[in-house]
Amino acid sequence: MSELTPDLVRHLASLARIQVTDAEVDRLTEQLAVIVDAVATINKAVEGDVPATSHPIPMANVFREDVVEPSLTQTEALSGAADSDQGRFRVAAILDEE
Amino acid sequence: MNELIRKSAAELVELLGSKQVSSVEVTKAHLDRITEVNPTIHSYLHVTDEAALSVAADIDRRRAAGESLSPLAGLPIAVKDNLTTTDAPTTAGSKILEGWVPQYDATVVRRLREQGMPILGKTNLDEFAMGSSTEFSAYGPSKNPWDIERIPGGSGGGSSSAVAAFTAPLAIGSDTGGSIRFPAAVTGTVGHKPTYGAVSRYGLIALASSLDQIGPVSRSVLDAALLQDVIAGHDPHDSTSLPESLGSMADAARRASVAGKRIGVIKQLTGAGFQPGVQARFDESLALLAKAGAEIVEVDCPSFEYAIAAYYLILPAEASSNLAKFDSVRFGLRITPEGNPTIERVMAATREAGFGPEVKRRIILGTYALSSGYYDAYYGSAQKVRTLIQRDLAAAFEKADVLVSPTAPTTAFKFGEKLEDPLAMYLNDIATIPANLAGIPGMAIPNGLADEDGLPSGIQLLAPAREDARLYEVAAALEALHEGVWGKRMMDFAPELKVGA
Repeated sequence: MSELTPDLVRHLASLARIQVTDAEVDRLTEQLAVIVDAVATINKAVEGDVPATSHPIPMANVFREDVVEPSLTQTEALSGAADSDQGRFRVAAILDEE
Repeated sequence: MNELIRKSAAELVELLGSKQVSSVEVTKAHLDRITEVNPTIHSYLHVTDEAALSVAADIDRRRAAGESLSPLAGLPIAVKDNLTTTDAPTTAGSKILEGWVPQYDATVVRRLREQGMPILGKTNLDEFAMGSSTEFSAYGPSKNPWDIERIPGGSGGGSSSAVAAFTAPLAIGSDTGGSIRFPAAVTGTVGHKPTYGAVSRYGLIALASSLDQIGPVSRSVLDAALLQDVIAGHDPHDSTSLPESLGSMADAARRASVAGKRIGVIKQLTGAGFQPGVQARFDESLALLAKAGAEIVEVDCPSFEYAIAAYYLILPAEASSNLAKFDSVRFGLRITPEGNPTIERVMAATREAGFGPEVKRRIILGTYALSSGYYDAYYGSAQKVRTLIQRDLAAAFEKADVLVSPTAPTTAFKFGEKLEDPLAMYLNDIATIPANLAGIPGMAIPNGLADEDGLPSGIQLLAPAREDARLYEVAAALEALHEGVWGKRMMDFAPELKVGA
């Protein structure tokens, strides 16, 4: 049995910044429990000391020449934003009033 | 139907080069076909007809002036809608990016433009390429031209259905766990996932960065090779881009040879679990290869048993991180709740409204897999399985030059069949996922029709990293053997598309 509970799903959704309804939490808990049970078999796959692979074809220290290249203008960078003001992204309050 | 649309890309290149047809004629023929069948098939989310015709006219003018042009100049193409384009919206199949027009072209798109290839439009996909059917596209599914009640595969069902419905001779796909190859299998088309790093990912909206790879979608092996030769190569904008050239894929496809090659059948990807008609066609192809002088051997890849588990930990983990950028600030949707909300509430409301069910499932799953206390058991183990799979493959490639399996366990299923059962949907990718985990190239080509439903089945070929050319050489030979037996091309079996009903 999976340890996924509705409270854990609600907590994970909040960490992921996704608002969820109670109905969604119920459905997600049920669906994710099935998936987690299936992927949990991974624990049986590895015996002994096996190195981790994070990248299929590892490359290290990939640099380019240190020269200035064209980049987006300020107007271009702001063109997709929902709101901007004086050349900056404009957002809602960062801190709660409390 | 204009006969130009049924020609292969290689044939069209000949006709264009010898000035027997103009690029405007070829482009117009495909745009007319799009107008006729796209309302039914829904391969394209956006059609860029004016831009395509303008590029075509420019190429025709330059050719008439005697200018030396690139090999694929004037040949139209479709592009999956998770590659950025400055002249068309780029949605990745998501509501959160509805109407977004990027400020830069993906490197692959830039290369197509430099070739002088008219871009017909942007093709449909499951939202952020998460899915196997296009049913998770926020803009509705694409249909399989063989039977419009069935899925065209996913995530790249827009690209696969476009080439299968003759609305494009070539298309660009992206493959994270099979999103090029599974759609190819169920639509009777060709799809190749190149070696990781062979094609630049710059401008590809990332799903899982250590697994994603862009590749060609076509109706023949040579056509895919022609496209890969245009889009591959080092790109300083992608730090995972391979510095070395992998050679000419078109030359390899033209060599088309299997004699003396050792073909390894993967024990874990044959027999039980595969639809009888899919398995029967696979066994016949092995016999064809043997008759043509290949040596058939069996190889054992025991760690493949854990490939799906590893994949559905690594992918959600990377996706949850990659999709954090959709935060309502820099681009895309913003939903502002009532009252005087903080930015956190704006983000949460935006992501609630902008993401579909599969994307939410995977982000939350990834957040779980990466959370402290679970990280070692899940993500850490999955990364070790990646090593085991690479070791299994290295051992298998000691015994065989190319590995083969059916591309997918079944033919195309009907819409809705697996929609409410995520795990069943994930199992479609059982044969394709190992190549992404290991970074090796994988090609899917048509393998005849399954007896029980008359629908296309596919065969997948795998080679070691950087040996894409070996796949093109063997796949082109198998394609020729098939066409020798069938007396026609795979797509000639497809029923005529009924539209407007």
